[in-house]
Amino acid sequence: MHVVVCVKQVPDSREIRIDPVTNTLIREGVPSIVNVFDLHGVEEAVRIKEQFPGTRVTVVSMGPKSAVAALRECISLGADEAVLVSDRAFAGADTLATSYVLSEAIRKVADQWGPVDLVICGKQTLDGDTGQVGPGIATRLKLEQLTYVERIRQIDPEARRITVERHLEDGVEVVETALPALVTVVEGINQVRRASMPGMLRAVRYEPITWTVDDFPEIDRTRIGLKGSPTVVGKAWVPEPVSRAGETLTGQDGEEGPGTPAEVARQLFDRLLATELPAQIGWAVAPVPAGDGGAGTPDGSPVNGGVA
Amino acid sequence: MAKGKAQEVQVPTDHEGVLIIVEQHGGQAKSVSWQLLGQGRRIADKLGTRLMALVMGHQVEEVAQEAIAYGADVVYLADDPVLEQYRTQPYAHTAVEVIREAKPEICLVGATYTGRDLAGAIATLVETGLTADCTQIDVEPPPSRLLLASRPAMGEKLMATILCKQRRPQMATARPGVFEALPKDPSRQGELVRVPVTIREEEIAARVLEFIRDPNRVNLEDAPVIVAGGMGMGGPEGFEMLRELARLLGGEVGATRPAVDAGWIDRAHQIGQTGQTVRPKLYIACGISGAVQHVVGMEGSQVIVAINQDPDAPIFQVADYRIVGDVHQIVPALIEEARRRALVGEEAVARG
Amino acid sequence: MAKEHFDAVVVGAGPAGAAAAYTMAKAGLSVVLLDRGEFPGAKNMFGGIIYRHELEELIPGCTQERTFPVERHITEQRYWLLGPESVVSIGHKHERFNSEPYNAWSTFRVKFDPWLAGKAEEAGALPIYQTVATGLIRDRSGRVIGVHTDREDGDLYADVVVIADGVNSLLAEELGVHRTWRPDEVSLAVKEVIALPRETIEERFNLEGREGTTIEFLGATSQGMTGLGFLYTNRESISLGIGVMVSDLMRSGVKPYELLESVKAHPMIRRLIKGGETKEYSAHMIPEGAWRSMPKLAGDGWVICGDAAQMVNFVHREGTNLAMASGRMAGETIVEAKANGDLSAQALAAYERRVRESFVGKDLKKIQRMPEFLASQDPKQLFDGLIGALNEAAFRFFTVDSRPKAQTHKEIMQDLIQAAGGPGGLLRLAWRGWRAING
Repeated sequence: MHVVVCVKQVPDSREIRIDPVTNTLIREGVPSIVNVFDLHGVEEAVRIKEQFPGTRVTVVSMGPKSAVAALRECISLGADEAVLVSDRAFAGADTLATSYVLSEAIRKVADQWGPVDLVICGKQTLDGDTGQVGPGIATRLKLEQLTYVERIRQIDPEARRITVERHLEDGVEVVETALPALVTVVEGINQVRRASMPGMLRAVRYEPITWTVDDFPEIDRTRIGLKGSPTVVGKAWVPEPVSRAGETLTGQDGEEGPGTPAEVARQLFDRLLATELPAQIGWAVAPVPAGDGGAGTPDGSPVNGGVA
Repeated sequence: MAKGKAQEVQVPTDHEGVLIIVEQHGGQAKSVSWQLLGQGRRIADKLGTRLMALVMGHQVEEVAQEAIAYGADVVYLADDPVLEQYRTQPYAHTAVEVIREAKPEICLVGATYTGRDLAGAIATLVETGLTADCTQIDVEPPPSRLLLASRPAMGEKLMATILCKQRRPQMATARPGVFEALPKDPSRQGELVRVPVTIREEEIAARVLEFIRDPNRVNLEDAPVIVAGGMGMGGPEGFEMLRELARLLGGEVGATRPAVDAGWIDRAHQIGQTGQTVRPKLYIACGISGAVQHVVGMEGSQVIVAINQDPDAPIFQVADYRIVGDVHQIVPALIEEARRRALVGEEAVARG
Repeated sequence: MAKEHFDAVVVGAGPAGAAAAYTMAKAGLSVVLLDRGEFPGAKNMFGGIIYRHELEELIPGCTQERTFPVERHITEQRYWLLGPESVVSIGHKHERFNSEPYNAWSTFRVKFDPWLAGKAEEAGALPIYQTVATGLIRDRSGRVIGVHTDREDGDLYADVVVIADGVNSLLAEELGVHRTWRPDEVSLAVKEVIALPRETIEERFNLEGREGTTIEFLGATSQGMTGLGFLYTNRESISLGIGVMVSDLMRSGVKPYELLESVKAHPMIRRLIKGGETKEYSAHMIPEGAWRSMPKLAGDGWVICGDAAQMVNFVHREGTNLAMASGRMAGETIVEAKANGDLSAQALAAYERRVRESFVGKDLKKIQRMPEFLASQDPKQLFDGLIGALNEAAFRFFTVDSRPKAQTHKEIMQDLIQAAGGPGGLLRLAWRGWRAING
């Protein structure tokens, strides 16, 4: 088996803050990490390698030179080879141009190290959050597309079939299809291992293979980078919630001081039931049984009358 | 998303109209599809053009009729056994044929798992721009007619509007719960166009073996009432109280990201930029400070009640009813009161 | 796979470890540089002062580099003796400090440490981070031959283990070369980085361009405890903190963050940080035992440097400087030993001699009586009483009223002497304080 994992180095979005004065992003000091979903992809590939000895795991990334750190991390986890596709000509790509370049890179990987049986991507990146690159690659390479996979049930290299469990809103869909396929994985698929010391030592000494645009003589230069990207960012802003003129409930109508929690609760329900909410929600609005076992009046205050 | 200026190139003018791809499973449409028809209607009217829907499946003509009732002028219906269950290949193939035929200028898909799976394939096949997971959708009026697809960006701390100036259709997936559906009007008239399905079962490798419904999945999207908790709940026990209150009100439990990160409740309950966007009829925020990342996921709620000990908590700014107090006293009182008023039938309570 | 063997494993990639790793890797030795953090300095969010001389000694020309991560070069140093609402200050500012070569800079360790470790990496040291050295590996003779780590298959073998894992050094403890500190041998420094616009900082401290100021303060701010406060200007922030003896903290029951809050509220400091936003808060232990608690520095297969070896000159806030110097000397010793083919304990002992004969040892020795001096004084008398009286004296000295000056001055002297515990007390205090600082 030959498994290719696509990874991306992303800024750690947990560390990104907004400058409260200028309302701009504070990028300084934000560390770069391997997109977490991609790490799960690498882990899954290494597990496949452990299950089927002789499997080769190649990691492919498109990004700036500094992404070698991300690729080294993948090597430390057990990937065999890592390729960085890096060139200014590729910069500024949206998902369409990115999936084009990555699919060309995967073709080249297959030329160099043998046909690819499975491509694994994270379900989305932390910085782009689109989840579109995986389907883009699958479509371009005519791979069977299996997104949001939370478990690979079975791979049969002989029959060239794969069965996976896809994570959907209300349950799990079990799908079987042919290899070669592209799988995008969710966090829950596995626990990413901690690299072993030999893995770490191999990684720090490893030099990823770098391919520039010149390594792709056939590539269509109108379809890469900024030029090949149909989408552009218009404006960007920091979201501001719209304030509502709310009412503070004290449990007391009028000028009296704060009431008990029970009084506040009663006041809230009186307010809510006076609106259109009961009809919209389908609440049964019945007269409230007065003095119902003292419920609602632990403080002994009289039960406020029924529903408005 | 690419940065920088795109050259001004002549936009193809032979594309016109707004197309919504309706998502249905077993003849049941996802509510996001009707929400998108609602928003699609608004932008189609602004552009002075027609609203189209595409319904794919097997024996789903009723869904096509519903699409008209929810605002579509034209519905393309691809009804064939190969479309019985969603599979990327036949659905993408069919949708692309319809897009090439109908030539919409805008194509919107719900940002569900299925919708995102499909939209990514379609956009690649027609080589156009696709903006994912939008929370705002608008258009520039003619003559520019540009789709303004806005979405959270950069770790969800910014909103960015993405434009696709030169290619058509302009595509976007839109998050469930963000837009409002029009009232269903069965008397609405529209045109139904049956489209042939040209892909055959033998050409399709994928088989859906089974679907395992997970009863523990929460349906925040369709819940009329959400009782949500934040760090002020103090721990998983706090969320037990919220479950009880939600049950008595016929709703679901939501949570802020910090509460989810703390392990007090499953991530499926997370509301906010990194979680789900919800717009229930009633939202009760308990012990939630009101960080903007949470608020943008719930501010579309019809009525918002906030309970917080800190009178200056930002959550109060978006609340219709503010209760300053300890959630550990107020929530039990609300539970008592809800029980006393018996708003939800016993049957529903037991079911919940 | 046969276990790989390295010339040296350096545990801790702070200034001491990075300097050692750099020196050895530069000389062609195979070096692994371990650190528990995500990257060196990751847990050290604080700004500090670094000096040119030692850095240039280690990596000539490096302070001229464009990437040299500093905030401001220091042109003015002030010392403040604080009363509850007053200050007596002395200080020095010189235009010569405002031209190259600069003497010292303010910096952030979170930037400085990775930069220095990066130098070691460029020189060929293999960085292995997010890895904890959990113990030492010894051969039958007891010689240290490597470290265990918390990674799978994690043992690393080397001719020499350089222990530079900081103030709470696990490995040094395992070696038995240092015991757990007594509370009167360590201080706890609590610190904050407070963001302010660049113009505001330059206005408040009377600075131009990249000039910077440091203020060291003692007195009322330490609430009757033995302590020293500090304030450094960064480009767009101020580093503010105070260190007090752990033993005093335990005695007084004051919470560290309360202490820092009261420092920030002091009228002389409040004005300098007004309108600023706290960006980081951190607390850090600093060994204060100086010369006398410095352990044995080398043994069979190991050397120890930096904070792990208690090398902090608390009187002159030079922990980073001493750490880098000791790391460099450890590295140089190992390089020489390797060249001579003699890595015995005797050969490594040259490192200890080198340290003790250098400014590191001499400076630390110079202040060797300081801990005892401080321990022998009632901090209340020293930091509240005496400094308070000094401020009171200054107030009266500068207050112009109808009384004859001679009488006022006489009264001032009398009060000062009384605050010091009588005429003999003042003399004794002065003498012992002098000796504590000057050996």
